[in-house]
Amino acid sequence: MDYLHDINAFLPGVIVALAGLVTITIDAYKNDHGSIYGLTVFSLLAGLILSVMDMFGPVGEAFTGMITYGGVSAFGSSVVLFGALFCVLISREYLSAIDHEYGEVYSLLLIATAGMLGLVSANNLIMIFIGIETMSICLYVLAGIIKGQKIGAEASLKYFLLGAFSTGFLLYGMALLYGATGSLYLTEIAEGASSDLLFIAGAALLLVGFFFKVSAVPFHMWTPDVYQGTPTTITAYMATASKSAAFVALLIVLSKMIPAETANWAGVIEVIAILTMVMGNLIAIVQDNIKRMLAYSSIAHAGYLLVGLAAGTPEGYSAVLFYLFAYTIMNIGAFGVVAYYERQQGLDFTDINNYVGLGFKKPLMGVLLSFFLFSLVGIPPFVGFVGKYLIFAAAINAGYIALAVILALASAASVYYYLRPMVYMYFKDPHKDVPLVRSGIVFRSTLVVLAALTLYFGIAFGDLHNLLSSFYTADWVTHLVGQ
Amino acid sequence: MDSATTLTSLIIALPLLGFLVNGLLGLSSKSFRQRKALIGTIANLTVFIPFAIAVYFFINMGQDSAPIFVELFTWIEVGSFSVDIAYQLDQLSILMTLVVTGVGFLIHMYSVGYMWEDEGYWKFFAYLNLFIFAMLNLVMADNLLLLFLGWEGVGLCSYLLIGFWYTDMANSAAGSKAFWYNRVGDFAFLVAMFLTFQHVGSLDFDIILSSLEAIPADDKFWIAFLMFIGATGKSAQIPLFVWLPDAMAGPTSVSALIHAATMVTSGIYLISRMSAMFVMSPEVMMIIAVIGALTAIVAATIALTQNDIKRVLAYSTVSQLGYMFLALGSGAFTAAMFHVVTHAFFKALLFLGSGSVIHAMEHVEHGLHEEGKDVHFDPQDMRFMGGLKEYMPSTYKTFLIATIAIAGIPPLAGFFSKDEILAFTFNAGFAGFAEPLYMVLWGVGIVTAFLTAFYMFRLTFGTFNGEFKLPEKISEAAGAEKHLHESPKSMTIPLWTLGGLSVVGGFLGVPNFLLSTFTHQEEHINLLHNWLYNVTADYELGLSHSVEWILMTVSIFVAVGGVYTAYRMYGSGATEESDAKLADRFGVFYETWKEKYSLDEFYEGLVVHPIVRWSDKGLAKFDMKIVDGVVNTVGGVVRLFGSVFRYVQTGVTSSYALALVLGVILVLSMLIL
Repeated sequence: MDYLHDINAFLPGVIVALAGLVTITIDAYKNDHGSIYGLTVFSLLAGLILSVMDMFGPVGEAFTGMITYGGVSAFGSSVVLFGALFCVLISREYLSAIDHEYGEVYSLLLIATAGMLGLVSANNLIMIFIGIETMSICLYVLAGIIKGQKIGAEASLKYFLLGAFSTGFLLYGMALLYGATGSLYLTEIAEGASSDLLFIAGAALLLVGFFFKVSAVPFHMWTPDVYQGTPTTITAYMATASKSAAFVALLIVLSKMIPAETANWAGVIEVIAILTMVMGNLIAIVQDNIKRMLAYSSIAHAGYLLVGLAAGTPEGYSAVLFYLFAYTIMNIGAFGVVAYYERQQGLDFTDINNYVGLGFKKPLMGVLLSFFLFSLVGIPPFVGFVGKYLIFAAAINAGYIALAVILALASAASVYYYLRPMVYMYFKDPHKDVPLVRSGIVFRSTLVVLAALTLYFGIAFGDLHNLLSSFYTADWVTHLVGQ
Repeated sequence: MDSATTLTSLIIALPLLGFLVNGLLGLSSKSFRQRKALIGTIANLTVFIPFAIAVYFFINMGQDSAPIFVELFTWIEVGSFSVDIAYQLDQLSILMTLVVTGVGFLIHMYSVGYMWEDEGYWKFFAYLNLFIFAMLNLVMADNLLLLFLGWEGVGLCSYLLIGFWYTDMANSAAGSKAFWYNRVGDFAFLVAMFLTFQHVGSLDFDIILSSLEAIPADDKFWIAFLMFIGATGKSAQIPLFVWLPDAMAGPTSVSALIHAATMVTSGIYLISRMSAMFVMSPEVMMIIAVIGALTAIVAATIALTQNDIKRVLAYSTVSQLGYMFLALGSGAFTAAMFHVVTHAFFKALLFLGSGSVIHAMEHVEHGLHEEGKDVHFDPQDMRFMGGLKEYMPSTYKTFLIATIAIAGIPPLAGFFSKDEILAFTFNAGFAGFAEPLYMVLWGVGIVTAFLTAFYMFRLTFGTFNGEFKLPEKISEAAGAEKHLHESPKSMTIPLWTLGGLSVVGGFLGVPNFLLSTFTHQEEHINLLHNWLYNVTADYELGLSHSVEWILMTVSIFVAVGGVYTAYRMYGSGATEESDAKLADRFGVFYETWKEKYSLDEFYEGLVVHPIVRWSDKGLAKFDMKIVDGVVNTVGGVVRLFGSVFRYVQTGVTSSYALALVLGVILVLSMLIL
């Protein structure tokens, strides 16, 4: 009964993919948004519970070694599903408020999520490719989901063109790696690793593909345009779930497939990390549109994450995993509040200049946004601080002092643009009396839960951190020695 | 989770929950703010249930029970340094928890009535619950860092509540003053913690106390000394006590809870908790005793001269805290904790009673305004009071009970605890270190006991005896007494409960010799000693029974003498005339007391003024020109770069693709070359 074991190993993915197909069918025949939404939430929640349980279970392979389960993959799945679930929870109210709630939003989101789950569980280059493409194609469509809107269409087309371009590099890299080693399995490629040109060029192009997906500089150019043009709650999904999936996959590839001694990838990642941190933060400073600001901020965070990967130690990897979770919580929260302000009539509420005095109008939303922004800055006791601290410590322990210093300086610069909306919200008088619509109970409670989580994991992070570190203790050593 | 863990988490979590519910709902919903009954119920329940749980723990814990350790989660773990959010339930922490939640609950209940008409009702209770949460962390923590967290938390709540009526600048200033004086102490406490960690490598109490020999004697002195400095800040001792009288700017129930019964005793708790370390450095013990005795007498003499009913109580609190430090310095940790408990009863009662009086006086003012009379007076000034016992019988009776208790008349609560402190101070005169000095301190303690009885009865007589003086002071206020009335039940019930406790509280610590003189064998009737003997490192009491009898007789005579003198001078309610006589008799001394030893002016001149001057003339310029200049330049350059780089983002897809290709070339060249 091997196939039962296989399906069980990838059960969250199977559930989510099936739910995606069922919702398409419902949408085609009944156009009943309520049941589509309900099914979406239910399947994501079920998947999330299964993945979280899987984190504490055994580690192994399934589908003839195409995927792995448990450990890092389970954690990656949990983060992706967590992000997808919370984005869906805030999406319904937002999309119906802007009058663009379509059934296919949920289907596409589910299928994209299934692709991400394949990506974070991948143990084979083909699996990685299928995962990335399933995810990306859905995202291209989601970016332009609001038909007839110019900015959305532009976002969608740009994303698609550049995405296709980068996929070319990714696939070429895979082909070269296959040529060099004769295998597509990550562990077998690692065994056949050498320092000949074919292998290294393959690895380099593969890295480029990933750099594009995580929007590292200079492969980041699509990010601000796409984030700005996409409906905000979908942007939250892109910025968190898809980025987390890509990062987990990159982490798996680096830790499993490309031994550091055959290619000096740490050096490349170091340079890219510096570029990403510096450029992301610098350009974020001059943004007036809060969605673009958050887009550059997400680029900057990709830079911090790359620092953890450059460290290349178990400590660095577990710090990256923790950071992904932290980043997901606080970013969905921030985009959520932005989505709330944005649906108000009268003014363009993506422009930070229009945030004047908002903090006192709806105190809860103001406080929530402050929570998330403080967390993004990395101020204790919020989770963002812990994440940044772990990465910082890992970089120092691995001897990357320069990286750590740049990280600290870049974070210091980021204070400016994160605090700016708060200054407008609390320290400036509102220039016009714009009545704010009350948000729905689900929307509000979702954001409150996220805020509570930023605080909870900012204080009681010990257990999660220990769990993440345990992924890299015993298994890690046998893995390295065994190869 | 076993039941101990669940119950402990409940004790800690419920006040926090109350804070969050009242705070967040109050913040987000205007209609919730009006539902005062609901807000009050939430706030009261979230303190009462922890009290009930603490009682349950207390019943199930024997005097020899091992401490229960409850570890909720690992908070910080860096290398070998690890701090847990973990709590320790032993005899000492249960005692403090009972006081904090029990007295805290009564004061919450009282506040329901007292604050009913205040606009910030929800905020008040949210802060009050937050305070209880922080205070419970302080007394239940099993390590110094968590204790410090609670320590800072109560400091924050104290600041927020002193400045609760923040629209008046004076109140905000008082809040800031409390905060700043506490910072000085906190800094010393932090350094003490660093030193401890350096030598022991852990901040857990049981590890520190079991590895004291790892700390060199010199550093033991410094750790103990710095911790004591920390305690002088929080517990308002010389030289850092001047913030406490100003802290009376807050609502009266806050003064009762934070600035009398609980927070200000945390310094005493800290030293009792670390008593095994303190007894190892007799020098520090001596310093503590001296500071305690000095504070006691200085504050008592100031209290003689004050007319603001709450300020008298504030100085009285400082003075009683001084007694507790005298006890600590004499190796009488149990006696100090005993006085903490009894003082919590009668001083909370005194403050709540004064609140009831102020409440009534404010109603008089309101009533007069409604009659159309434009009368303004200070509702806290006892010179406008007098004769209130007719109108406020419950308040009068309970206030009188508390006064008798604090004066040290047997068998009320204050008598036993104060007597034990004095006996131990006398005892420390034979302990082998600075013996004559302790004898002097005993003398100071006796004098202070006389003063305490005197000034407390001056206050009671002046407020409640004689005639109501407002109408004669302000002619327009004629007939104002018809506006005087007793406070509502929700305020008098806590008064009577605390009154009962002030009567019987002393029987917790009846000295052993009272019985063993007659049975001629060793007796253990001092319940508190039996309860705490495992936790605190008290000195042996080596006095003979006859000496103890003599000491007790002396303190009774002194207390009765104080009361009698006060009765002769103030019994008729003639406050100002008798004050004038006192001023005549003591001349310069009285002036000094009235000027509060000019300590505020002294600090103002020595510390505040030079700093302000220097900041204004020197640092401000440096800050504006150099620091701001550098920051602005850096910021400007960064922004400049940002605005240059943003033009890379052309919006043209083909240029994006170009950047991508350049990136590919970069990566390839780095890897291959």
